[in-house]
Amino acid sequence: MRMMQTILALLAAAAFGAAQQAPARAPGVPQNFDNVEVHTLPAQGNVYMLVGSGGNITVQAGSDGVLLVDTEYAGLADKILAAIHKISDKPLRYIINTHYHPDHTNGNERLRKAGSTIAGGNVAGDLGAEASQGAQIIAHVNVLDRMSAPTGQQAAAPQGAWPTDTFTGNEKKLWFNNEGIEIIHIANAHTDGDSIVYFRKSDVISTGDLFVTTTYPIIDVAAGGTINGYIEGLNHIIDLIVPVYGQEGGTLVIPGHGRLCDLGDVLNYREMVTIIRDRVQDMIKKGMTLEQVKAAKPTFDYDPLYGSSTFWTTDRFVEAVYKTLSSGEKKK
Amino acid sequence: MEFFLRHRIVRRWLLVAAGALLSLPAFAQINLSGVWQNQLDEDFPDRLAGPELGDFAGLPINAADRLRGETWDASLITLPEYQCRVHPSDYASAFADIRIWEEFDRNSQTLIAIHLHHFAWATERTIWMDGRPHPPEYALHTAMGFSTGKWEGDILTVTTDHLKEGWFRRNGLARSDKAVVTEHFIRHDNGLTWVTEVDDPAYLEEPLLRSRDYVFSVAGQIAPYPCESVEEIIRPRGVIPHHLPGTNTFLKEYQQRHGIPDDAAMGGAKTMYPEYRAKLKGAGVQPK
Repeated sequence: MRMMQTILALLAAAAFGAAQQAPARAPGVPQNFDNVEVHTLPAQGNVYMLVGSGGNITVQAGSDGVLLVDTEYAGLADKILAAIHKISDKPLRYIINTHYHPDHTNGNERLRKAGSTIAGGNVAGDLGAEASQGAQIIAHVNVLDRMSAPTGQQAAAPQGAWPTDTFTGNEKKLWFNNEGIEIIHIANAHTDGDSIVYFRKSDVISTGDLFVTTTYPIIDVAAGGTINGYIEGLNHIIDLIVPVYGQEGGTLVIPGHGRLCDLGDVLNYREMVTIIRDRVQDMIKKGMTLEQVKAAKPTFDYDPLYGSSTFWTTDRFVEAVYKTLSSGEKKK
Repeated sequence: MEFFLRHRIVRRWLLVAAGALLSLPAFAQINLSGVWQNQLDEDFPDRLAGPELGDFAGLPINAADRLRGETWDASLITLPEYQCRVHPSDYASAFADIRIWEEFDRNSQTLIAIHLHHFAWATERTIWMDGRPHPPEYALHTAMGFSTGKWEGDILTVTTDHLKEGWFRRNGLARSDKAVVTEHFIRHDNGLTWVTEVDDPAYLEEPLLRSRDYVFSVAGQIAPYPCESVEEIIRPRGVIPHHLPGTNTFLKEYQQRHGIPDDAAMGGAKTMYPEYRAKLKGAGVQPK
């Protein structure tokens, strides 16, 4: 059963990977980063946001070391490490992957090698120095399934990039740099292996691609993503946020792509996604085909904000919503 | 007296004293500090009672924003997380009193910032006057935005970006987070005109210009504005009130009540201009 799950996961990953290689559908991993700068924006508390060319990276730094959420592209690793060293000279200990897509995990191997795992006592004695080599990579088990492959088969990512510490339930907790960190799994949203990371003392949530400000929600249907899971993820993020006043301040949110946010931004996005979901759902109930739904332009009023004709096009978003709603998925 | 005038030190002191008495406008051309009372005689129904549903007339909105307005449901603001949503800085001038105060560097007496407190939701914004750059795009956007100001003669001109999504009118017409707002604060003795120009590449066909008037209040006080969310309507988790396109039966009420043709009520840049009236002759519906 587990083998079957892995094979299915690999097939799905291969399908999404193939989509990424096709220029008309999605960009592959960029090859040239000469003109890319990695910018650092302090969020609050121990947490910073790094902005480069892939997904945003979240950095938590303190006396225990450095923790990253996602790693962008391998080609940016030196610039990312330089940016981290400006924040802290402590060793990189943990990498958390919010999902498996290359724009968030392609830098795993390079950055992991630059870090080290906390090890000592019997562990270091029995396993030698290797026990502490490289930072740990934490992710939901489905991320590992989609990046790895059974022996003899081609994996979607090199072994050195795979998660080293996976979890299967709804949550994994970690105490690091004197604050509690919740890694919360959201099922079948952007993919089937999504996690959001909540830094409880700094009061910052790193969402991965469960929330972005730059496009419509990217729903990787082949990898288990669904529109209702995505909305549930947004509602979960909203549940965690406590604003200072009105809809602003308090808990800050680092999206997978785009600017630093707070409650108001997530509410606006949740409002948009829910309204479009409801419109497409209504059209499906009326028996409209996908082409008819596209022609009806259910996203028309939000296209100036999130519409795109490249990579994650508006049509692809509508297709993903239509497919996951018409595949028998119940409205949550 | 002649002795004093001849004495170098005394001459210097007199010059300093004269300079102080003259209050030369070296750094802040006009003093805007104080409490200013909003004058509601312009666009009164729109500003205090609130606009009617489906009244988009005179606003240069595009088709996308019109659909935002047509599908908007006022029940949205009964959601707890929406109840204390503050007015964005470009809409705040529509009503209620404000307090303005200046912040100076203690040593150089250089103007650093002008602050503005608004009665509604007790919002406060800072207009930076020290020439600092605007933050990068990936920085936080807020309801107040990031503002920098400069004096153009006696007019304070302010540029604001990094705004969260807001609204042009409180009946569902959204203003996007891509908007840039230019404001002019013009003082005429005890009067203040606050001109707002919104450039929104997402939702406007042309810039939206509005002006609001205030009167200086010698003894003005601004009350606190606490806001606490409550559950007004019990709903399933995640429900967002809205109308599906083409199903909002309330949209026509405004047109029928006032005899406004649909084309005019639905707004757009053309409805801003006086010559549009000529095109409307005979096109109206009879008010009920």
